[in-house]
Amino acid sequence: MESHAELEAQIDRWRGYVQRSQAISPADVDELEDHLREQIADRQATGLDDEEAFLVAIKRLGNLDAVSHEFAREHSERLWKQLVLVPEGSDDASTPRWRELAIVLALAVGAGVAVKAGFAWLDDGGALMRNLGLLVFPFLAAYLAWKRRFTGPATAVLLVPFAALAVALNLYPFAPGGSTELLAALHAPVILWLLVGVAYVGGRWRSDKRRMDFVRFTGELAIYYTLLALGGAVLIALTLATLQIVGIDFEPVLQDWILPFAVPGALVVAAWLVEAKQHVVENIAPVLTRVFTPLTVAMLLVLLAVLAGAGGFVDADRNLLILMDAILVLVLCLLLYSISARDPLAPPGLFDALQLVLVVAALAVDAVMLTAMLTRIAEFGFSPNKIAALGLNLLLLVHLARAGWLAVGFLRRRRPFAAVERWQTRYLPVYGAWAAIVVVVFPPVFGFS
Amino acid sequence: MRIDKDLVAASATPLVLGILSDGDLYGYAILKRVSELSGGGMQWTDGMLYPLLHRLERLGYVSSSWGTSDAGRRRKHYAITQAGRDELADRQKQWTVVADALRQVWQATQRPQAVVEGWA
Repeated sequence: MESHAELEAQIDRWRGYVQRSQAISPADVDELEDHLREQIADRQATGLDDEEAFLVAIKRLGNLDAVSHEFAREHSERLWKQLVLVPEGSDDASTPRWRELAIVLALAVGAGVAVKAGFAWLDDGGALMRNLGLLVFPFLAAYLAWKRRFTGPATAVLLVPFAALAVALNLYPFAPGGSTELLAALHAPVILWLLVGVAYVGGRWRSDKRRMDFVRFTGELAIYYTLLALGGAVLIALTLATLQIVGIDFEPVLQDWILPFAVPGALVVAAWLVEAKQHVVENIAPVLTRVFTPLTVAMLLVLLAVLAGAGGFVDADRNLLILMDAILVLVLCLLLYSISARDPLAPPGLFDALQLVLVVAALAVDAVMLTAMLTRIAEFGFSPNKIAALGLNLLLLVHLARAGWLAVGFLRRRRPFAAVERWQTRYLPVYGAWAAIVVVVFPPVFGFS
Repeated sequence: MRIDKDLVAASATPLVLGILSDGDLYGYAILKRVSELSGGGMQWTDGMLYPLLHRLERLGYVSSSWGTSDAGRRRKHYAITQAGRDELADRQKQWTVVADALRQVWQATQRPQAVVEGWA
């Protein structure tokens, strides 16, 4: 019996060792242990002693690093927080942490300088509005490109669309205050953000898993940015109040120097925080989506009821339609983020049903809005604003309808969750394409009005 | 005889799906079945089976459930789904084409190999 105790101790040590791999979950370790014990029992049956049987079984199981690498490839969601962290003991460990921090801070200041220069030189408000995204984007992309060790061709993939966008936004003779200018300024960040995505996935933008990682990155970035903004706002408010009592007018400094540097700089810093410290927020993401999904469903239902009571959208004003568009985009972001935070292997549950309700409610709102828009177009004719809004709503309709259809299949256990995920990640570039059309094609078509 | 690593990797999915289409099994039993079927010629690194099974599960080809072994341990059983059966049929067609083509090549070179029949 003593030798069996030794075997148990060996298996325990093995378990402890396997558990250290982040890619192998405790359930997977159970599965592997079951395998190991079966193999040992079979070896013992052929006459090997405990130790020999254990050694053979371990050998057959394979090199643990290689096996955990395979697990990591299959379960990148367990690992995504480690993707960019430097593995212990590798060559990269010699890169001091302060070096990354220095680069991040330099890029954050650079983004601030670019925005400040934009304020100084682009005296025309429209030009500044169009270029704001272009001013900040290179610094964020540069950080990610540095992080992913971009090479020449990969950099070109980023630079060429960026340059094209910059040319279109600045060389088109926009009529001052025209709606095509406003539309271009609104849609340019969408394209830029997808380019950030290309930088984030290290050029592997065809991979669904990496795209989903980018969705996670976007969600976490929004959370970090909000936290930074809240902290900054508290600091600024306290400073402002104190200096006011002392009799110093702080506002010019705040407007001219602090905000132009802090607002874009915080974006770069937030990106760095997401890269380096994901596990801090990681456990909050599923909780947040679970809290806000039912609340958003309630909001959508109330809106639907109110609008139905008010006789629909038919004579609704333009601002209401824009507001509703914003709400729908927000709902979609929430949906995407909660899908990215979900364990893909978990069986369908109550929350998935709730998500379907959210999709259906959003679809209902979208359908009502589309009717209202078509009525408006029939009544007042076309305008760039209306076509842009109509296009966005059609994209949302297709996105939501298919998402709902797939969710029904998943709930009825006809489809794996991967199908739901794949639809989301594959559809994302469509928004970029539409934004590109609005920025590049709309102005000439509508005479830059 | 040892089978080449790439060949083992390429045949892994249809083998696992085919074995599961005969009935639900757990990981170790699947590997034992592979070894039996190939007369010991196909040796997998045991640990690599599990990431493969998880991938097949994510793709919806197999489903899994936890049970207990005779010794009272937690044990994960795998079963093939309808999507898995469709995939298996598709793979079977592909392998038939490959095996047919190879057989003709072997005949042309006048050196028939017994292994070919094993694949078809």
